[in-house]
Parts: sequence; structure tokens; C-alpha cells
Amino acid sequence: MSAAKSTTMSATGFSARRWAPPAIGFGCVVLFLVAVQLLIDIGVINRFIVPLPSEVAASFGRVIVEEDILHRFLQTAWECLAAGILLSVFGIAIGVLMHRVLLLRLACETWVAAFASAPLVLAYPLFLVLFGRSTMTIIMLAFLSGLPPVILKTLEGMSATRRVLINVGRSFNLTPAQQFWKILFPSALPTIFVGIRLGLMFALINVVAVEFLINFGGLGQLINDLAERYDLPGTYAAICFVILVSVVFFAAAERAERWLKSVG
Amino acid sequence: MALVSTSDRVMPVQPAETAILVVDDIVMRFATPEGDVVALDNVSFEVAPGEFLAVIGPSGCGKSTLFNIIGGLQSGYQGRVAVTGETITGPHASIGMVFQEESTFPWRNVVDNVAFPLEIAGVPKGERIERARRFVSMVGLDGFERRYPSELSGGMRQRVSMARTLASEPKIFLMDEPFAALDEQTRLLLGDKVLQIQQQLKQTTLLITHNITEAVQLADRILVMSYRPGRVKRIVDIELPRPRTSEIVSSEAFGRYVAQIWADLREEASRGMIDDEARTLHAQEHRP
Repeated sequence: MSAAKSTTMSATGFSARRWAPPAIGFGCVVLFLVAVQLLIDIGVINRFIVPLPSEVAASFGRVIVEEDILHRFLQTAWECLAAGILLSVFGIAIGVLMHRVLLLRLACETWVAAFASAPLVLAYPLFLVLFGRSTMTIIMLAFLSGLPPVILKTLEGMSATRRVLINVGRSFNLTPAQQFWKILFPSALPTIFVGIRLGLMFALINVVAVEFLINFGGLGQLINDLAERYDLPGTYAAICFVILVSVVFFAAAERAERWLKSVG
Repeated sequence: MALVSTSDRVMPVQPAETAILVVDDIVMRFATPEGDVVALDNVSFEVAPGEFLAVIGPSGCGKSTLFNIIGGLQSGYQGRVAVTGETITGPHASIGMVFQEESTFPWRNVVDNVAFPLEIAGVPKGERIERARRFVSMVGLDGFERRYPSELSGGMRQRVSMARTLASEPKIFLMDEPFAALDEQTRLLLGDKVLQIQQQLKQTTLLITHNITEAVQLADRILVMSYRPGRVKRIVDIELPRPRTSEIVSSEAFGRYVAQIWADLREEASRGMIDDEARTLHAQEHRP
């Protein structure tokens, strides 16, 4: 009887431990929105600058039906995906190359770090000249903005591989390719994924910013349109879809990392 | 009955026919800003098949350099290392190495860590997992096959490293202070495990250590090295009965061996300590 009770209690405890963090997180968001609603209602926040959260929630249906949100969402997601694939492939390749060639690393690492903090989005007129008012401009700007963190984190991950693990590989007579794929790469993978997540974040910011600036494409253009129409609830609802793109890509990156770890 | 038999043997240049490992006249110098440092000087010895040899010496006597040379990880030395008559020029499939530092792959679970050399050798997945499980069991980690190294204690991780090396079925099992980071009790119990495995597999084993108790508990012979430059100071035959367990540490004979080896090592360790202090003072005086 007592054992059964203790098992039930421990199962309940486990379940509580599992659900408590997301429940608290969700509760915090709800609390924040309620607070904003109240502050707007009592006039502390100007409702012509920040719309009521209840109005934003009510505008979702309208934005989805009238503004072709699915198409715009997919357009922004596709541009992000393309930039994400490009920055992962080229970022990792360049990072590995810089790890292998010391001279290249010494010559370029500072430049890449400086490039990471440059507001590349301001160079959009140049990209418009090069690629026209097209998806290509958006993808290339997003790709180049997200590239430096992937290069730097790949380099960091490779360099941080413990000497003893490399020696284990050498003691088993691994070929250079096996040494890379079986030891260096999996060892650096968590750090590389930190870089990819940062790169995706920079890419998404730049995708939406360039869509907004050149009034072309997906959610960025929609935000621009809605803001120009002074549809504040709609603007904030569209911003929520940008957050959704971000969530989807972060979840996908986490899945990819887990999968790569399992095959490493 | 003489419990401690020692010999100041100078090894022949030609390896004995029975030796599985021959280390012949190894000299290793390292270039430093203060000039060349001789780490190893004319180090020669042989290991017979199935024998357990421990190499003991004070810090700085070149034990780890010797480990790297025999394992084929260190080049640029004079002399010769031969395994079953074949001179080695790099890592050799006949030599399996266990390192002092924690060396399990954190992204692989226990069984996948142990299966690693089999995977490299191209053994099909089903077969390599089955074989890996045997070695996991041999080091006493049944039930932990799917755990990751981060979920294991230091001693368990070191056992995973040992199982991984054993899975490659080396002719010589080469270990560099594998229990250095562990507490004394775990060290003694893991010593039992090593003895069990060595007896079961008749595995030729070379253990590099600075721990006298560990060396006497495990070895058939102990090679005592001098402080820098590292030379073979003495080879001590350990004539304690086998099979052994950690209980042997409380025997009178064991104590005598420990005392004998400490008498040899004490002078070397003192030299090392004085040298270390002098270098620290010198570095402090010349600090800009």
C-alpha cells in the first residue's frame, strides 16, 4: 500500500518536474500580455503605439485570411532555409579550411570576427545592383550576414578538440578522413551548432529586414505594408509569424544536431 | 627465500627470440630555449608474451615520452622499437593504448565507444555490437551499455577506455597511468579488474605508472627509471604468487617489494624535486 503510494507520488513528481518549466514559461508570457493589456487600458502605455494584446489576438484570423499569410510565411521560411543551407555548407567548409591552414587562420580570423559585427544590411543597395529586386538579394545578404559566426564557431570547435581524443584516433591508425569524420567533426559538433544557430538568427533578421527595406517577398514586406496602413494589431500579428519561423528553424537545428550526434 | 630479486641488466642489442616487444637503445632529446634536454638515454628492455611489465619512475623521468614512442605517437628518437620482430615507425595495430587522460568519446554511448575500433576495421554492425558487449561485460559494466560517458564515474569511464582498447585485440596492452586521476580505493579495485582481464586473455601488458603499490600489485617485473635523463636504473622481478587480488597489498612480501622500490626511487624523486624547485626559482628570477 505504502509502496504503491510512494510509486504514485514519484510518478506525479516526475510528471510535475517535466511539465513545470514549459508551464511556468507559458504562464510568464500570459502574465506579461495581461500586464500590457492592463497598462494600455489604464493609459500608462499609449494604445496608438502599442496595440492591445487582445486586438492583436483578434487580428490573427484577418491576417491569415486576407493577407495570404501562408504564402508569405513559406516565402520567408524558404529564403531562411536557402540562406541557412548556404551558411552551414560554406561556413563549416571555410572554418575547417582555416583550422587546417594555419597561415589562412592567422591572416583571416580577425577579419572574419570584424565582419561578424558589421551591419551588412546597410549594403542592400549594392546587392540590389548585383542581384536586382529579387529573392536572390535577400538570400545572399542573409547568407553573408550569418556566415561569420559559423566560420568562427567551427574553428573554435575544431581547435578545442582534446589532444587525447586525436591521439586515440592515431593509436587506432585512422586515416586523415576517418580522423576528421570520426573524431574532429563529432567533437566540434556542439560548438558548430552554436554557430549555426547564431547564423540562422542573423539570417532571419536580415531576411525580414531586407524584405521590409526593398518591399519584396514574405513577412518583412507584409509588416511594411501593414505598418504603412497603420494596422498595428496586424503588424504585431505578422511579427508573431516571424517568431514562428525562428521557432521552426531552431527546432529543426536541434533535431539535426541530435541526428548527427546519433550517427557520429 | 629471497623475496626481492633484482637485476641491473643491460639488454642485448639483438632481441631475444621470445620477446614480443623490444625497446632497443632509445635516446630522445627535446629542443628547449635553454638547449637540448635529454628525456630518455639508452633505454633498453624486452617484454615476453603474456608478461606484465610496469615502468615506474619519478615525474619528469620520461615515462610518458616512452609511452608515446612505444605507441608510435612520437617520432624523432634514436634507437628502435620492435613488435614481434617488426620495427615500428608509427602507430601499430599490435599495440593498444590506454591514456592517462579521460579519453572516451562523449558523443558515443558505452557500447559504441567500445565498438569504435571494430567499426574502423569494417566489422558489420551486428557483429561489432555483440563483440563490444563482451568487452563491456569483461570490464564489469553490464547494464551500462546505453549510457553516455557523462553519466559515468571517472573509474567507469577509464574501464570503457580499457574495453575499447581490448576490443581492438592488441598483442600488447600499453597503459599510461590509467588510474592516476582516481582515488586509492577505486585504483586498487580497478587493479583487480586489470589482473582478472590479463589472466583471462593472457594479455601482454606494459603499464607506465608512478604508483609503487599499483606496480607491485600488478606486475611480473618492474622497470625502475632514473630522473632526467630517463635511464633504466633497475629491473625488479616480482615473485608474488598469481592469481593476485588487491588483498595482496597487506602481505609482508608486498611491503618488502614496496620498500625496495621506494629505496631506488627515493633518490631519483628527491633529485627531481630539487631540480623542479631550482627551475621554478630560475624562472621567477628571470621573469620580466
